[in-house]
Amino acid sequence: MNAIHLHYEVDGTDFTRAGEASAAVKKALRQLGVKPDVIRKVAIALYEGEINMVIHAEGGYIDVSIDEKAISMALCDHGKGIENIDLAMKEGYSTAPDEVRSLGFGAGMGLPNMKKNTDEMRIESTVGVGTNVYMTVYL
Amino acid sequence: MTGNDIRSILSCKVFAGEDLLSREVHTACGSDMMSDVLAYVKDQSILLTGLVNAQVIRTADMMDMLCIVFVRGKEPSEEMIELANERGISLMSTEHRMFTACGLLWENGLRGGNND
Ligand SMILES: Nc1ncnc2c1ncn2[C@@H]1O[C@H](COP(=O)(O)OP(=O)(O)O)[C@@H](O)[C@H]1O
Ligand SMILES: [Mg+2]
Repeated sequence: MNAIHLHYEVDGTDFTRAGEASAAVKKALRQLGVKPDVIRKVAIALYEGEINMVIHAEGGYIDVSIDEKAISMALCDHGKGIENIDLAMKEGYSTAPDEVRSLGFGAGMGLPNMKKNTDEMRIESTVGVGTNVYMTVYL
Repeated sequence: MTGNDIRSILSCKVFAGEDLLSREVHTACGSDMMSDVLAYVKDQSILLTGLVNAQVIRTADMMDMLCIVFVRGKEPSEEMIELANERGISLMSTEHRMFTACGLLWENGLRGGNND
């Protein structure tokens, strides 16, 4: 199988549309015949990451590559960045305002759940510059 | 139990996917926090929630859920109905509050999955 590359722009101003990219990836994986439990893990990790790009940053882009070994995801934004990544990874840690919590997110469960659903996860972030989240799920 | 059984037990008004209500549902989950649904749901096919926005439908879609029931008579927007139709998810609304809606379904044999 040749590697497949998918690219999506994430609009940081439209909370309602956050999750469109994740849904498109999920659909593509289903069409490729990827196992349902793998699709589930990718869908959860990508969706939480995409939501973060909208609620904590100003949007950006998502690149996904699929080859015979793994699904690799890169979520890149030019938002405010994460000051302390270890702290951000803690379950329950959130800087989201109450307004975000009233929308069903902002419980500080996103990053830990992304880690739980992926085989590899790495965050690069610079305050004031942006955040890149890299995740891999093995096939 | 099917979506149609849930519709009659909770006296639901249906907004989307009426033709999909014959699908079999085995377990349910009730939550207003979508991150919790994304972290704890396994194979639950029904989501009961008091939250009404597009992310409820996107979350259910990510978790392959079949049906969403809005409690306390809350109604989805046109935009949400359109999204649910596109994703093949049924949308219903019941006048009952969360506790009562879950209790009625439990009493009729629906379970939460996992260990209960
Ligand atoms: N893309 C991002 N840009 C800036 N900060 C982020 C980003 N993603 C996560 N964070 C920070 O990490 C914290 C924890 O993220 P997460 O576990 O997803 O919880 P939540 O989104 O519910 O706050 C966030 O509250 C935020 O401070
Ligand atoms: Mg988050």
